[in-house]
Amino acid sequence: MKLNKLAIAAACLLSAATVMADKKATDTTPAEDLKLYRDYFQKRFPGVSMNEFGNGVYAIDKVSRDSWVAIEDFPPYEPMMEAGETMWNTPFANGKTYGSCFGDDPAQRKNYPYWDSKRKMVITLPLAINECREANGEKPLKYKKGAIADLLAYMAYESRGQQITVEIPDDPDALAAYNEGKSFYFARRGQLNFSCAGCHMESSGMHVRTDILSPELGHTSNWPVYRSKWGELGTLHRRFTGCNKQVRAKPFKAQGREYRNLEFFLSHMNNGIEFNGPSARK
Amino acid sequence: MRKSARFATTTVTLATLFAGAGMLPVVAGAADAETIKMGKEVSYDRKKGNCLACHMMDDGVSPGDIGPPLIAMKARFPDRAKLRAQLWDPQATNPGTRMPPFGKYQILSEAEIDAIVDYLYTL
Ligand code: HEC
Ligand code: HEC
Repeated sequence: MKLNKLAIAAACLLSAATVMADKKATDTTPAEDLKLYRDYFQKRFPGVSMNEFGNGVYAIDKVSRDSWVAIEDFPPYEPMMEAGETMWNTPFANGKTYGSCFGDDPAQRKNYPYWDSKRKMVITLPLAINECREANGEKPLKYKKGAIADLLAYMAYESRGQQITVEIPDDPDALAAYNEGKSFYFARRGQLNFSCAGCHMESSGMHVRTDILSPELGHTSNWPVYRSKWGELGTLHRRFTGCNKQVRAKPFKAQGREYRNLEFFLSHMNNGIEFNGPSARK
Repeated sequence: MRKSARFATTTVTLATLFAGAGMLPVVAGAADAETIKMGKEVSYDRKKGNCLACHMMDDGVSPGDIGPPLIAMKARFPDRAKLRAQLWDPQATNPGTRMPPFGKYQILSEAEIDAIVDYLYTL
């Protein structure tokens, strides 16, 4: 009985599977994509509010949610957030601070990522942090973990409750970057030949062994993340790296063009969801 | 003080042992116990088939549910070539599938795939 139900469920999902994946990136506009995505996930997870999707797998799984709520009561990322606050307040060698680059306001999440039409590239918050450092004669930080994650945790915390509002400007280059991110999301890669969408859209809510696959909706809201498996904080691009590696694909460079464009696309899809980082994850 | 928190494997390489040693059964339906055992090991192994990531099968612990349960294989796949093809390149029959192309992308060796097919026929 149970077996049959599972088999039927899997078969039904397959028909939905190809709908988005077969499209060319340029077939739909960002505004159309936004609607397609929301409809897809709201149909798939009825009763889960848009904002709830920012809680990843805990938005859809009651069992793991309970232990996560308990963990968030005593957040494991709190010491890192405090280290980040110290970084924010400590002057560089030249006497200036991060505040000099960010209008003295650490609550910057809502302003990133954005399309810089002069430089013709997506600017993410970690990139802006390192550019601030370099402009002030400091060495750039590594992008996946460590000090940059601490500072991001502090800035994310100060930004909690801001909404994701990433618009794709009316500029062919911006649209090209967005479409590159979209294509990346739907492209199969690695020896296992999976796409991001294969796991986080078509199989979202399903189990890979004991892991439940989180829906893509909300994926950029909750960073940086303290993952029990890492035992430390990591950035969004660190997670991209991990998800690429697990299908045996060669990961791209954190904050390289590919991942920045991917973040641009994903962030647009998450419009309307609140920033709620940092967060804890299994 | 802070504002309050959010709320208010092992790798089995038996294949190399069997491959080329002429130990693989040639006759369909005459799979020996050793091959079946290897097929099971390779399909459970996370670094090999890892079929349990997606399929409920046999006595495998905490299987995923992305693919259908692998049961009654003889009845459902009377044609051995079809079953083998499903493992070798599932995209050939379903371009949108999420199942990896174990043969085409050389995730598993040909001998390992044969052994898994033998094992599947015991389910
Ligand atoms: C083979 C399946 C698979 C593929 C392919 C995959 N992921 Fe994941 N991903 C997972 C699993 C398992 C987790 C951990 C459980 C969860 O939160 O979904 C995860 C977690 C994540 C998270 C963290 C979610 C959170 O709430 O913390 C993000 C973001 C993510 N993946 C993005 C991607 C992107 C982008 C791609 C493509 C480059 C991708 N994934 C490809 C399996 C996959
Ligand atoms: C990441 C997911 C995934 C993995 C890993 C996986 N499969 Fe599948 N498998 C599927 C899906 C999804 C289907 C449904 C058919 C389709 O997609 O065309 C399927 C279908 C099948 C079928 C056809 C079943 C039927 O009732 O039609 C067989 C047989 C099968 N898989 C065997 C295996 C074996 C053996 C392994 C390991 C060597 C394996 N699969 C690994 C996802 C997976």
